[in-house]
Amino acid sequence: MKRSWFAGPYALWMILFTIAPLLFVVYYAFTNTQGAFSMASFLKAFDGQYLTILWRSLYLAFLCTVLCFIVGYPAAYFLASKDFSRSQTLLVLILLPMWMNFLLRTYAMMSILEDNGLLNQFLKNLGLNPISILGTQGAVLLGMVYNYVPFMILPIHTSLKKMDVRVIEAAQDLGASPVNVFRRVVFPLSIPGVISGVTMVFMPAVTTFAISRLLGSGMFLLYGDLIEKQFLELNNWNFGSSLSMIMMVLIIISIGLLNKADPKKEGSGVL
Amino acid sequence: MKKWGKVILAIVLVAAMTVLLASCGEKKTADEGQTTAKAGGTITVFNWDDYIDPAVLDLFKEETGITVKYVIFTTVEEMYAKVTAGGGAYDVIFPSDYIIERMIKEDRLLKLDKSLIPNYANISEWLQSPDYDPNAEYSIPYMWGTVGLLYNTDLVDEEITSWSSIFDPKYQNNVFMLASYRDCLGSTLCYLGYDLNTRDPKELGEAKDLLIQQKKDGIVKGYLVDETKDKMIGGEAAIAMMWSGDALYAISEGEGDNLVYVVPEEGSNVWVDGACIPANSANPAGAHAFIDFLCREDIARMNMDYIYYSTPNQAVIDHMTEEELADETLVPPQDVIDRCTFFHDVSEYIDLYESVWVEILG
Repeated sequence: MKRSWFAGPYALWMILFTIAPLLFVVYYAFTNTQGAFSMASFLKAFDGQYLTILWRSLYLAFLCTVLCFIVGYPAAYFLASKDFSRSQTLLVLILLPMWMNFLLRTYAMMSILEDNGLLNQFLKNLGLNPISILGTQGAVLLGMVYNYVPFMILPIHTSLKKMDVRVIEAAQDLGASPVNVFRRVVFPLSIPGVISGVTMVFMPAVTTFAISRLLGSGMFLLYGDLIEKQFLELNNWNFGSSLSMIMMVLIIISIGLLNKADPKKEGSGVL
Repeated sequence: MKKWGKVILAIVLVAAMTVLLASCGEKKTADEGQTTAKAGGTITVFNWDDYIDPAVLDLFKEETGITVKYVIFTTVEEMYAKVTAGGGAYDVIFPSDYIIERMIKEDRLLKLDKSLIPNYANISEWLQSPDYDPNAEYSIPYMWGTVGLLYNTDLVDEEITSWSSIFDPKYQNNVFMLASYRDCLGSTLCYLGYDLNTRDPKELGEAKDLLIQQKKDGIVKGYLVDETKDKMIGGEAAIAMMWSGDALYAISEGEGDNLVYVVPEEGSNVWVDGACIPANSANPAGAHAFIDFLCREDIARMNMDYIYYSTPNQAVIDHMTEEELADETLVPPQDVIDRCTFFHDVSEYIDLYESVWVEILG
């Protein structure tokens, strides 16, 4: 028996749940409600108002990724340092919230941030002015960073952890200052982890939909909301599929660009 | 070998959890399996989430021996998509008025045999000839309600009677809108004096401009659906556009008596969710029995108490207490009904509605 047959069950799975749905998306994207070929819904996706929403999604996802990196890299670095003995416990603490569904966590976040929520009760008790942040892009960004930061920490942590200590020692023996060791040895070697972290944060961030509804109070749409609305509220599958296709193409392009930066595919291999 | 031990342990744990969780959910089905043997066969009921008193299903099984397979949906569009895709064979479905209209047009519903539904006589007279199904041949009203405004008297010091309040800058950052394009645009069209089923781009354009202005002025605090009722109980905003059932829920769950629901004087939408039988039902006899059961007075009363929407069952209304009858949210008076309109199917104009709606929310 050929070994490639072992992939059979998964291949079937993939055909049913990945390839077939993709074909449906393409079919709907280029047809109209009567099922005839039509470019109308695809071209409509390039109208100004939809591009504004796309731009907003990309912008927020970019900010989210940058923030996750700024928060996540030092955390991963700290966790991976050999003089820190309780790193396993901390790692579990980072993972712990992910054991609960992200929607529930976002609902909890919503009731904390409400005008009469926990945060403002706390501020009032301290004699400070209450703040109203629900319904702003800031609240959505907060929710996204909160949800996605573990996806940045973990791959970076892994790549730092598996780094050969002797390389660092060699750099030190050759007289490199700590800053130089980090800048010229540690950081370049952790790039695959960073790339994998960036991909794992950027992709869900750019397609987010529930977070923007709950924390943004529906005050503005993200691309994920727009797509969700086409299917669930407006029953406009053709347009929804066109929008989904555009989103997928954008994601493929961004992964391609990231892979260019990591030619040896050392990051935990996206595509 | 140690590694394998861990893998096996993990698999066993996951399997144990799955079995444990599944057994919680499956229990009911196992019971149902036993009664099937008794009599009556099975019907598949496709209803909104949280839209029936679960005790009603048990009673039905007990009395008729018919097993109910109960499946739920969250939006009527989802229901329509699943029924028309033909994947599952459903026996009783609960579409809203304009979807009923559309499904009748498309020959997807079975003509009901009223002789099998003697309790149909309990249905209020004004709902026996609704304009989405003029002779009530295909649908029996199940629940109905209106779209209106719920306001918090602690934060509003006037009596609200008009849609104009949600466009009033004095309620800065204090208004929740309903994130549903038909309701949001429909109410605004009513306020402007137009038909809420308009297909005229100019009228929709005016409604759009007004809603965008309202958002620009900072009056809107959010466009929500399910979250609104809890936020209104929590005093997060002064006014919210809401469905009457959600409003009733907020009023009865809220601690004080500071929440008031009103159907604005300019008119609004009245809606009905009906019970229908799809044309391809496998057990129409069982489906008729189920619909008849729902029309029975005691059952309709149980459902009303559970769901909080208005009942179309005149027998239930006739036996209400004085206090219940005085509650205009639960039993809207005739003048409220008279100034409200049903939605009609606008699916052919979906592109127009869609772009207007996205521009407002965008």
